[in-house]
Amino acid sequence: MVEKIQHLEMHGITKRFPGVLSNNNVNIHLDAGEVLAILGENGAGKTTLMNILYGLYQPDAGNISLNGKKVKINSPSEAIQLGIGMVHQHFMLVPTLTVCENVILGLSKTFLVDLKTAKKQVQEITDKYGLAINLDAYVWQLSVGEQQRVEIVKALYRGANLLILDEPTAVLTPQESNELILLLKNMSNQGNSIILISHKLNEVMAISDRVTVLRDGEVCADVNTLETSQEALARLMVGRDMAPCRRDSEFFPGKPILELQDVFAKGDMGTDALAGVSLTIREGEILGIAGVSGNGQKELAEVIGGLRKVSKGKIVLNGKESTKMAPARIIEQGLGYIPEDRLHVGTIPSFSIWENLILKDHHQPPFAKRSLLQNRVIMSHSSSLVEKYGIKTPSLETPTGRLSGGNIQRVILAREITRNPVALVAAYPTRGVDIGATEYLHSKLLEARRNGIGVLLISEDLEELTSICDRIAVLYEGKIMKVMPVEETDERLLGLLMAGIVE
Amino acid sequence: MEGVMNSAIIISILATGIRLATPYLLAALGEMFTQRSGVYNLGVEGIMMMGAFAGFFATLHLGSPLLGIIASLIIGALMGLLMALVSVTFKAEQGISGIGLYMFGWGLSGLLYRLYVGGITSIDGLKEVKIPLLSNIPFLGPIFFNQNILVYTALALVPLSGFILYKTSWGLNVRAVGNKPEAADTLGVNVVRIRYECLIVGSMLAGLAGAFLTIGQANMYADNITAGRGFIAIALVYFGRWSPWGILLGSLLFSMADSFQSMVQVLGINFPYELAVILPYVVTIVALAISFGRVWAPAALGKPFQRGTRG
Repeated sequence: MVEKIQHLEMHGITKRFPGVLSNNNVNIHLDAGEVLAILGENGAGKTTLMNILYGLYQPDAGNISLNGKKVKINSPSEAIQLGIGMVHQHFMLVPTLTVCENVILGLSKTFLVDLKTAKKQVQEITDKYGLAINLDAYVWQLSVGEQQRVEIVKALYRGANLLILDEPTAVLTPQESNELILLLKNMSNQGNSIILISHKLNEVMAISDRVTVLRDGEVCADVNTLETSQEALARLMVGRDMAPCRRDSEFFPGKPILELQDVFAKGDMGTDALAGVSLTIREGEILGIAGVSGNGQKELAEVIGGLRKVSKGKIVLNGKESTKMAPARIIEQGLGYIPEDRLHVGTIPSFSIWENLILKDHHQPPFAKRSLLQNRVIMSHSSSLVEKYGIKTPSLETPTGRLSGGNIQRVILAREITRNPVALVAAYPTRGVDIGATEYLHSKLLEARRNGIGVLLISEDLEELTSICDRIAVLYEGKIMKVMPVEETDERLLGLLMAGIVE
Repeated sequence: MEGVMNSAIIISILATGIRLATPYLLAALGEMFTQRSGVYNLGVEGIMMMGAFAGFFATLHLGSPLLGIIASLIIGALMGLLMALVSVTFKAEQGISGIGLYMFGWGLSGLLYRLYVGGITSIDGLKEVKIPLLSNIPFLGPIFFNQNILVYTALALVPLSGFILYKTSWGLNVRAVGNKPEAADTLGVNVVRIRYECLIVGSMLAGLAGAFLTIGQANMYADNITAGRGFIAIALVYFGRWSPWGILLGSLLFSMADSFQSMVQVLGINFPYELAVILPYVVTIVALAISFGRVWAPAALGKPFQRGTRG
């Protein structure tokens, strides 16, 4: 192992991708034992910058120095040798290997794998930082929080003393997030440096010592965390004042529009992913589904949309039983659907924007007459939607897959809402979408609520749920733990329920 | 059938079954390594044909079946290298490049045979090697311990493959590369190299499987001598759920059915010939249909690895 990283400096980093200036003359610095947060919206260049530090990209200009010496990092393995470790947002673990095998992967150079010695070494690390992990468990058996700990152990086992974490709490329950925050504090107290990439203001405030804010590829602020506030950071990040959406407290729900009665459904692995879910969504309300993803959310959205078979129970949509209806009939009954996988389920990525905008209605007037598409009608319809929903695109003919996440979501939203649904299922509509687009999506969901649509909002973001939902249900292992009005919830209670704990 | 099925016949059926299992076992174990690393090689059949010809030709001209074995291994390795170049380096669609390799092997082996051999020529192939003491065990002895060296090799490869896959560093790398190459890559495992190695080893075993047909069984070469065995070997990998013992079970199930049907014909038992011949295939299809499950497949199977596809 080389000498410990006492000081890191990235100076004048510029990185260009075709058509995009991703980093423009970016400077950051970091000392041992410090936690630096890099804050910025999607596309601000945070991840590019970190990929440069980790050797995945080469900068077009600028340099990196460690302890005052210039270094060139050509690959992740060179970064690892220098003591830089990275925990990716999407975990880089092999699910079919055990924890210990994952940790030592790539390091075992002997002919036979010496698992016994390796286990002892790994155990020393987990003991040092108080990490509880079963080293013999297979990774696919672990919760997301545990997998993240494996990633951290992996980096530490490779001698990392500068750890990069990319949006680490995006997938965690509030309790798991708190544990992670404690762990990171413990690690920085023991002299490790940490860089945290995030667009979540509260976690930045909670963990970091210093914040570097990126906007459009440039550093626009570098401040001590103690000397700033969430509002100030939000303003720096977005470049304008933010007005977070909140539901108005007037709440006049109408009749039940979508009901699930004791619904069971199997998951992809053949086990019960939904085990007796009963829910009622009324006109003009937003019902939030909280929970760690993988607890039946995907299946819940799919059974309502008719994309997954209900093995037991009943679904009633707009007064008619829709349990066994084909998706096309369910759409006719007035269900709008914003799926979790917005690119591949929500749209056909290679189809143009106008094609995706009429995907559900292309077969009927005014878009088709006697089986022929009415181009003029379609084009004027599409261009008015592009304008109304602020879809940023070079043209109507652009393949939808080329748009950014936030713009794809606008395309789907435009299609679903203009069909005047009676109920709308939205699964993680703002996941990976930047603050500006999130704000817009929230305002549209609230508008739908005002227009009397019953909305089912599935989300992992508790702040989102508590700010726009009327009621929140917590889903855990395919069961509804509790349904309650939003006024009666708080983060702690929701967190406990999301972990399956009932007080 | 009573009375006819005495122990000599049963021994004969079982011994033949073990022998017939050899090419499936060799080719399927090779394909298992290839698929475990995330590449499926549909060209096994073509590689087997080339191995069969190379083994035959070397034995014919050099007079030694052992040199024939070596020739088939070399040819197999070259075919594997070709497949690796196309499907790993150039990232071609694996199904298509595999079929291409199959047709290339078929065409080339047939052409070479017509150019350099021509008529039907027989060779002195591998002899049975009786293992002292063990071959005297009643019943088991003649079934297991009176076979040629390739049969023993194939059987020994079953536990050996398991050992390599689960106990060695290389095996750990292979399993990682086949399931999540991007993770292996970030940890400094050379994904491309592992896939090359697996394709080459797998193709060498396929070449050996082909050589078994010419120098270990028929003692001659004929066009299309492999008769679809390479494709069945691929099916057996799925049946065996990518594990050496599962592949052994599948190979035996198939070859025993094959051995049984040929015995039925030889003994002139009143059983429709056509039905007897399709029996092994029906057994395989039924077994596959019952046992098939994508859950066991290496997660990255069939996906070319491209670094930096993350945004």
